[in-house]
Amino acid sequence: MEMLRDENWVLSVGTFLPIIGVIALLLVPRADEKLIKLVALATSVATVGVGVYTLFQFNYQQAGKMQFVAETNWISVIKSTYYIGIDGISLPLYFLSMVITLAVVIYSWNNIPAPGNPKAFFILILVLQTGMAGTFVAQDLILFFVFFELVLLPMYFMIGVWGGEQRQYASMKFFLYTMFGSALMLVAFLAVFFKTGAESFSIPYLVEHGGSIAKNVQIWIFAGMFVGFAVKVPMFPFHTWLPDAHTQAPTQGSVILAAILLKLGTYGFVRIAIPILPTAAREWAPYIGALAVVGIIYGALGCLAQTDMKRLIAFSSVAHMGFVMLGISTLTSFGVNAAVYGMVAHGLITGMLFFIAGSMKDRYHTLEISRLGGLLTQMPHLGWILGFASMASLGLPGLAGFWGEFPAILSAYSPAAGLNENVFRVYMVIAAVGTVFAAAYLLWLFQRVAFGEPKAEFADHGTQGDHGEDHTYQDVTTIEWLAWTPLLVAILVFGVLPNLLFKMIDPAVQGVLHAFGG
Amino acid sequence: MLNAVHSLVAMVPWVSPSVSYYALAPELVLSAGVVAVLLADLFLADRQKWMLSAIAGFSLLGAMLPVIILGLNDQSVWSMFGGRYVVDNFSLVVKGLFLLSGYIVVLLSSVHVEEGDYWRGEFWFLLLSSILGMVMISSARDLISVFVAYEFLSIPAYMLAAWRKRDLKSNEAGVKYFLLGVFASAVMLYGMSLLYGAANSTLLVDLGRSVTVAGGFSSLHALGVVFVVVGFGFKISAVPFHTWAPDTYEGAPAPVTAFLSVGSKAAGFVALVTMLYVAFPAAFSVWQPFIWVLSALTMTVGNVVALRQTNIVRMIAYSSISQGGFILMPLAVAGHAGSSDSALRAVVVYLIIYAATNLGMFGVIIAVANKTRSGEVSSWGGLFSYAPALGVLGTIFLASLAGIPPLGGWIAKFVAFQSLISSGSNWGYSLAVIGAVNSVIAFGYYGNVMREIWMREVPDGDVSPIRTHGSLALALGITTVATLAFGIIPGVALHFGDIARITGAFGG
Repeated sequence: MEMLRDENWVLSVGTFLPIIGVIALLLVPRADEKLIKLVALATSVATVGVGVYTLFQFNYQQAGKMQFVAETNWISVIKSTYYIGIDGISLPLYFLSMVITLAVVIYSWNNIPAPGNPKAFFILILVLQTGMAGTFVAQDLILFFVFFELVLLPMYFMIGVWGGEQRQYASMKFFLYTMFGSALMLVAFLAVFFKTGAESFSIPYLVEHGGSIAKNVQIWIFAGMFVGFAVKVPMFPFHTWLPDAHTQAPTQGSVILAAILLKLGTYGFVRIAIPILPTAAREWAPYIGALAVVGIIYGALGCLAQTDMKRLIAFSSVAHMGFVMLGISTLTSFGVNAAVYGMVAHGLITGMLFFIAGSMKDRYHTLEISRLGGLLTQMPHLGWILGFASMASLGLPGLAGFWGEFPAILSAYSPAAGLNENVFRVYMVIAAVGTVFAAAYLLWLFQRVAFGEPKAEFADHGTQGDHGEDHTYQDVTTIEWLAWTPLLVAILVFGVLPNLLFKMIDPAVQGVLHAFGG
Repeated sequence: MLNAVHSLVAMVPWVSPSVSYYALAPELVLSAGVVAVLLADLFLADRQKWMLSAIAGFSLLGAMLPVIILGLNDQSVWSMFGGRYVVDNFSLVVKGLFLLSGYIVVLLSSVHVEEGDYWRGEFWFLLLSSILGMVMISSARDLISVFVAYEFLSIPAYMLAAWRKRDLKSNEAGVKYFLLGVFASAVMLYGMSLLYGAANSTLLVDLGRSVTVAGGFSSLHALGVVFVVVGFGFKISAVPFHTWAPDTYEGAPAPVTAFLSVGSKAAGFVALVTMLYVAFPAAFSVWQPFIWVLSALTMTVGNVVALRQTNIVRMIAYSSISQGGFILMPLAVAGHAGSSDSALRAVVVYLIIYAATNLGMFGVIIAVANKTRSGEVSSWGGLFSYAPALGVLGTIFLASLAGIPPLGGWIAKFVAFQSLISSGSNWGYSLAVIGAVNSVIAFGYYGNVMREIWMREVPDGDVSPIRTHGSLALALGITTVATLAFGIIPGVALHFGDIARITGAFGG
């Protein structure tokens, strides 16, 4: 594969800049909260700055090729190199991770969850950012693995320390599930390495040589990778960690988890599992598709049964990631394009929904749907933002969610050569039913939460509550506007102008799927 | 009788053995240190006895110097006493490991020993003697020198375990360790005598030849091999020979436990590897399945039992049992021509990284116990809130033990997996999967301690900060830097694993 090696410092700087921020934060005394917040903000702004520079310098005519490639020795004894690069699939996700981190840092300005300690909180967020960005640019399996794992501990602590009541259980569950997946994934990576002649861990090299591995061996290796990535996505039946983790995590944690961490799994399928093991991918595709549609329906039914708003949004992630996986399982460029688009859209939209849920929790101190109501009369701006995000989430044309969901369903009509069309058409129908469910649970949620009059306990607008709590419900604050505007704008822009992304993603997807004839 | 001796002497004229004092310099320096500690103890007044720890520390660092110089020398092998004592790159690497981890143990102990009204001089004397035994075992290439060095490192360790004389638990620790240790020695000695009977030589290289040249091996060989592996199995606390470890670890003074769980365990592995690679390379069909079972059992049982521990030292004891299972993993495929080199590398790398991490963990345990005066995991509650530095360090070491990138432990596990999979055999694949599952289980208890550190309340409400004494802080600093460096630039550790080739091994 031809590489573009100009400006090879860009990605390293973008990835490791947050670590510089971490070091700076370590030197700031814990009591100086103002300075801590400033350092964290400055770091994430600078990181986005590098991201914007990357966007401008990226050669969109060559989006299918790895750009800004940097390669240097790292662990030469085991033939692993520090090898990074970015193409049209990685770039949107890489930049999205930076934007989400910045939004989270801004949102945290006045919103450090209990028990406080902004220093540790921001350090974890910045370490997470390095892990996320690194995963999207790593072009070496071992480097990928290290970044992939780097996000685990910070998220474990974020849920476990700053989370809700069941936080310790949820964080441990999250950790054990993911670690189980990645342990098997590592074994699979090693098997790929040795089966291709123990030459290199570099992903382009393995893509070139992985196809020659015997079919039944491929199937086994793919199984190892599948578990690793499917837990992260999460696919049914590995999803049970997700509702707990999402519900218990602090708002910031939920946003990062939903917007970026889940994408690490689907990205792994697109970047690693499918291109390296094409034969196995073809064998596995019908099963992946089946699990994907089960996830869609199961997630939707789960949503309908939830009484807690945050848990509902969490279950909706299972359903939405099901669409992404359905797109991937068709192994067509149409489907994978939709999947990558779906990843970005889901990141923006569900991230936004979790932000809203967090802000509502701050104000009402509950997310019990039956106790909420009348959001539109009480806090009209917040209510309309919730409406906007719900519409985007259910896949309303004109907003970003549509372009991930609709083409994914459509792509199942004609899967790649060699896959059973009838099976995938059944999947298509089931997935289409899933969208109806999606509309149902989201509209129902919006109706219950936003319409009507506020419930009696929250109706005493502007007065003191029984326990002295302040019942003055402030509509969206300036800080929240600052954090949310980029996401809201992006949801709209990517809904109206899908080609902005598709023209970047498509050439890279062609490269990924070259073993399937495009 | 006397005549017979005379005629024997007449038949074999006395030839002075070849000795290179240059190559023996580390041992000589350390011996001098042992003597110096003993003499200084006699002449120093009580309030000056703190100098003993300095002497002990400096003699370990002093012995490190010749190790480095020998390592940089172009000559890579010094063979002495007719091949019975060999200084090669493998032995130099592990000597360096023993000396440095010994130095860390000295740093960890100094406060402890000063505070506890112990017999200080004897403590340092025994510690140095045991380390000298370890340094010797890494060069021993003869059944007799292996056994002598093995006893040399064990006997002082028995006494160290029982160091807290009036403490019942410490006495229990020493007695259990001693009885099972002696039993292990007896089993091993029996195995060695069988091997001598079969090979008619005590030289390990001859043993190896007797197996290969004769084409196959007798049941006598096989029995001898199994007994010797069992003997070392006790030392490395492999399940089912691990029963002494938890009680001994819990009862012994914390720095001694650190020493046992790192130093003498590593010595057991070094001796085991030497035997497997030099004496029994051709008998791999006997020991490979045996070690496969030992490894799978050790990591699984160690892990599962560790999950149920409420005492931190007992938990770390079981964790170190299960880590031993991970170190054994690659040896289960070490007989395959393609993976023997990588298995040796994996063992050495694992030992190095494990030493840094586990010693660091004990440093944190000692520092925390200074304040809480308790060994319960629950006494660690809220550590991060009042001692953030110790909380973070504890987290780093625990995460490294759990094998989470980018901390040292992950590369140790990685090279072990790599070696297993490079064998391309189903034995290797299946053990790798067992290891992968176990590394997840392990997080159950490592994560539990992290949970105490970060997410729980301070149990007694006492949030006075912890003061960490200078030498303890130094030990923590060294181990932290090593743990992080091995994880981020693993080439450092892998380099040492790579140059560690045993002379007479099948590779070269």
